[in-house]
Amino acid sequence: MSVDARVLHRRRVLGKVGRYALLSVLAAVVIFPVYITIVNSLLPSDAITHQPPKFFPADPQWGSYRTAWNAGHMGHYLVNSFIVTFIITIGQVVTAILAGYAFAFLDFPFKRLLFVVFLATLMVPFEVTIVTNVATISSLGLYDTYAGLAVPFLATGFGAFLMRQAFLTLPHELRDAAALDGYGHWRFLWRVAVPLARPAVAALSVFAFLSAWNQYLWPLLITKDDRLRTVQIGLKQLQTVSLDRFNVTFAGAIIAVIPLVVLLLFFQKHLVRGLTAGAVKG
Amino acid sequence: MAATTSAAPVPGPSPTHRARRRRERVLAALLLVPALIVFGAFVFWPLIHNFYLGFFRNPPFPGLPKHYVGFDQYRDVLTSSDFLDSVRTTVVFALLTVPIGIGAGLGLGVLAHQQLRGIGIYRMIFSSTVATSVAVAAVIFGTLMNPQVGLLPWLGLTTNPTILQNPEWALVAVAVTTVWQTLGLTFILMASGLQSVPDDLLEAARVDGAGTWSRFWHVTLPMMSPTIFFAVVVGSIFAFQSFGQIDLLTQGGPLKKTNVLTYFIYNTLQRQSDPGKAAVLAVALFFLTLLLALAQIRLLERRVSYER
Repeated sequence: MSVDARVLHRRRVLGKVGRYALLSVLAAVVIFPVYITIVNSLLPSDAITHQPPKFFPADPQWGSYRTAWNAGHMGHYLVNSFIVTFIITIGQVVTAILAGYAFAFLDFPFKRLLFVVFLATLMVPFEVTIVTNVATISSLGLYDTYAGLAVPFLATGFGAFLMRQAFLTLPHELRDAAALDGYGHWRFLWRVAVPLARPAVAALSVFAFLSAWNQYLWPLLITKDDRLRTVQIGLKQLQTVSLDRFNVTFAGAIIAVIPLVVLLLFFQKHLVRGLTAGAVKG
Repeated sequence: MAATTSAAPVPGPSPTHRARRRRERVLAALLLVPALIVFGAFVFWPLIHNFYLGFFRNPPFPGLPKHYVGFDQYRDVLTSSDFLDSVRTTVVFALLTVPIGIGAGLGLGVLAHQQLRGIGIYRMIFSSTVATSVAVAAVIFGTLMNPQVGLLPWLGLTTNPTILQNPEWALVAVAVTTVWQTLGLTFILMASGLQSVPDDLLEAARVDGAGTWSRFWHVTLPMMSPTIFFAVVVGSIFAFQSFGQIDLLTQGGPLKKTNVLTYFIYNTLQRQSDPGKAAVLAVALFFLTLLLALAQIRLLERRVSYER
């Protein structure tokens, strides 16, 4: 090896080490809040206030999780979140498939105008509508019910848009061929179009699940006590009642995160597609 | 009288064709109705109803009738110092979170966009905060920032009064929480945008002698501009809608220094039971969001290069 080559080689190795070091430092910064939360959830409650803080649970105390789950009602909140999230996800996916199909495959008057109406809903922040929506839900007798938590979110302009785009990529001859085989629109929609648009359906499902699971303002407005509180609102409650027991609060935060971690481990690819659907031109 | 047109009848849609078109319209209506009902009841009606509610002033004590005051309430609320402060706080909050969040997401995206063994682990860590919700992030950061917890003093980050009660620092603390919580999402967005930057273009720039920085500045950044543009528009709309972290961390305080518009609306509606005033604030939030989006689209889209 010539001297030049050796210098070059050493520089490349150093560059690589440097890049790994930088990546590792940044990764440590990003993950630190979660790490310290896990550590603190396993410490005895009085150890959390210690100076200097402990960065490793020498003698992990799992009791905080039991307390958060039972006395803190986290288990109950999780069930509520799952019920509401499932209703919203299914509703959003179904209404999006129906509307997306109409915009992609059917011909009807005011089609463009109606499509603009669908997109216009994206320009109205939900926070703008709460004043009337709380009154509407109450007058329908749905205050503090699962239905009341879910109904305003059973359709989104984004979902209809996403499904329309997916259906538009299907070749039009497919519809003609299916028509020759005696398939009506309804049968074509469920037997051919939806199976072929599975990636979009999956992306929309993950996206809908995530946003429904993370809702905060609406459940806060529309539930009155523990019975129907979702996990996000329950966490606030847990923090309030376990003021001096930080380990229980930290354990509750971890419990609230686990379902999404599991979901994302399996479906991250779909989420990425859902999130970037709006960003990428096409 | 009329010239007999003995030729073939005027060509037109055959009866079966017309029937099919009618069926298609009926089907389209049936497919659109579920979504339209939801939009009508929970998006457009409340939006319109807000304007109407704003004309009525609610009595200071419940039980008394509300009375019509025309535009008086709009004028009073929209010129009040509480409202103007709240708008300022909302804008400052967006300025604190959006540019820093996108910068951090883009930076991490570029760093993680290289061929290294084990890079997948780093990508997973950088995108990990997508699993947290606003509430989870706020509870984690709020508890870590609790003065009784030993972390901040150990890091030498002490303020007096404590950070979440500190008029100067509370909004910054909320912003830090927000940037961390949205980092995973921004990273995923930026990372997938980087996938679409053609490698041969970067290679060509490298052959032409462009250094790392110059390649980023002259190739990557322009190619990423549609993604960044999207992130800025959507990110600032989200920032204008932030609520949970305020409710959990500061409840609009101290001294209303974190009283963003959404919290102001919530507080007016729930705590003060004043739907009239809350409706005026909601109308204002709607137009501010609309204005913001339109302004960004006008100002920024010209600088976005879509050629691929």
